[in-house]
Amino acid sequence: MDINHRNGTVPRRLVGRIKGMVFRSHLMHSMIFAVALLGALVFIIPFAWTVTTSLKPDAQVMIFPPKWIPSPIQWRNYYDALVRLPFDRFFLNTAIVTLTSLVGDVIVNAVVAYGFARMDFPGREPLFYVLLATMMLPSQVTMIPVFIIFRKLGWIDTFYPLIVPSYFGNAFYIFLLRQFFRTIPDDLEHAARIDGANQARILWSVILPLSGPAIATVAVFSFMFHWQDFFRPLIYINSTHLRTISLGLQLFKTGYGGTVYNQMMAATVVCTLPSLILFFATQRYFISGIVMTGMKN
Amino acid sequence: MNSRTMRRFQGYLFISPWLIGLVGLTLGPMLLSLYYSFNEYDLFQPAKFIGLGNYNTMFFNDRLFWISMRNTAIYTMGRVPIVMGSSLVVALLLNQPIPFRNFLRTAYYLPSVVPAVAMYIIWVWLFEPQVGLVNYFLSLLGISGPLWLGSIKWAMPALIGMSIWGIGGTMVIFLAGLQGVPEHLYEAAELDGASAMQRLLHITLPMVSSVVFFNLIMTIIHSFQVFGQAYVMTSGGPAYATLTIVLYIYEQAFNWFRMGYGSGLAWVLFAVLSAFTAFIFRSSTPWVYYESGGRA
Repeated sequence: MDINHRNGTVPRRLVGRIKGMVFRSHLMHSMIFAVALLGALVFIIPFAWTVTTSLKPDAQVMIFPPKWIPSPIQWRNYYDALVRLPFDRFFLNTAIVTLTSLVGDVIVNAVVAYGFARMDFPGREPLFYVLLATMMLPSQVTMIPVFIIFRKLGWIDTFYPLIVPSYFGNAFYIFLLRQFFRTIPDDLEHAARIDGANQARILWSVILPLSGPAIATVAVFSFMFHWQDFFRPLIYINSTHLRTISLGLQLFKTGYGGTVYNQMMAATVVCTLPSLILFFATQRYFISGIVMTGMKN
Repeated sequence: MNSRTMRRFQGYLFISPWLIGLVGLTLGPMLLSLYYSFNEYDLFQPAKFIGLGNYNTMFFNDRLFWISMRNTAIYTMGRVPIVMGSSLVVALLLNQPIPFRNFLRTAYYLPSVVPAVAMYIIWVWLFEPQVGLVNYFLSLLGISGPLWLGSIKWAMPALIGMSIWGIGGTMVIFLAGLQGVPEHLYEAAELDGASAMQRLLHITLPMVSSVVFFNLIMTIIHSFQVFGQAYVMTSGGPAYATLTIVLYIYEQAFNWFRMGYGSGLAWVLFAVLSAFTAFIFRSSTPWVYYESGGRA
């Protein structure tokens, strides 16, 4: 624009340069696309390989070079894999733990986040910094005493250690919800307060209805976390009938892994499917939640 | 109670679940774990105070402690550059106006959604030495691949290498940072004749340096805490080649019920991580740029 002012028109040389730039940028974008596509292929191939292995007849699993298309397709692997260990039970257990934890994660963190976002009390800021600091704390420094405490409570080999902590707040979810609550205009609350609503009522009927995306983000993250949680079930659950799918998969690997890769992949596909479906259904919330983790600095 | 005290009280009431959790599940256990680290405690006999005994054993008498620390350091030093480098490059590529951009972003992110144990099992199969896909692709290049998870030399590189499949989260944070760089900076530089490389080095990287910093800290913290891969895929083997510090803590505490020793190991891990984080925070001032001039 400066150039326009000085010379009245755009000099021909500059037009040529811009044309060249446009051409080069087209070429560059095609190249970038090719590279990105190639890379994406590397990320997708393991999925394809997993699925195709899960459908192979036993004789086609351990052959070299590998065969990409199983013939005939052996759907029975899924049935065989899922009855080899009581996977129906593992699914039920995981669903129970995941959903009851999810309820706690959503409700409790919304209440705590509202306290941090909107209420005034001495020590609020320092406490919020403590909350942020706990996100950096490696869980190993607390897990042994927490285990000992839960053991004293008689909670070993029950679902309590997997669920109850979700009812005492999670720093990341609180942070995420608080940031969201703070973007909701104050006026709405003032109006409700003048109408005589108390804090709990305001949270329930003013804030929460406006916080759908943030609540959804917490719910999705909570689901993904509990659905795939491995460490806590590993240390707390002993009985087979109380195992979650993560433990079930691990048990499958140690028990039968090296011999029946097709069935092992079938079990893996089944355990992965709920996470993938949820991801595709809620991609928007998911990505916004991850972006939030990056915003805390 | 007047209304002001009432409102304060309500504030504490609202955050009380977290406060109780903070005391009961975080700060309390932290202190307990420090206390246990000066004790011998196997859950069944009462804890016996042994002073610095656990730390003494660890530092001067426990080969596995040093092996696990060394393995964790190798894993971290291998994984951090791979994850940081590839997720930044992918984010830069996917920030360009190319066809099927959203589809490609999803493709790169998808592995990060796979449940951890499922991912480990998929990789055990990919690394299968005879018919696995990794060695198949290597054979196409005329390379006869190693035993991977069964090899003392290659088990750790295998665990490091597979972490590229999980760059999704880091990549998405980079992408968000890249989208925050104002377009007019690029336009101005382009008119001044800056090459793509110059734009990358003098605009993009400085503008996203705070995101680089955040991702760096988080990647280091996560790498130090590697457990699942080593537990599920290799059980720390072969010959302790993949015994990491968290796996070692797990074994001490939950296989051998040495709660005191496990707690001591956890505190050493915590101390090392804190020192690292503090060091990176301090060294960050010259290279991290905050637009608002604010602090981290």
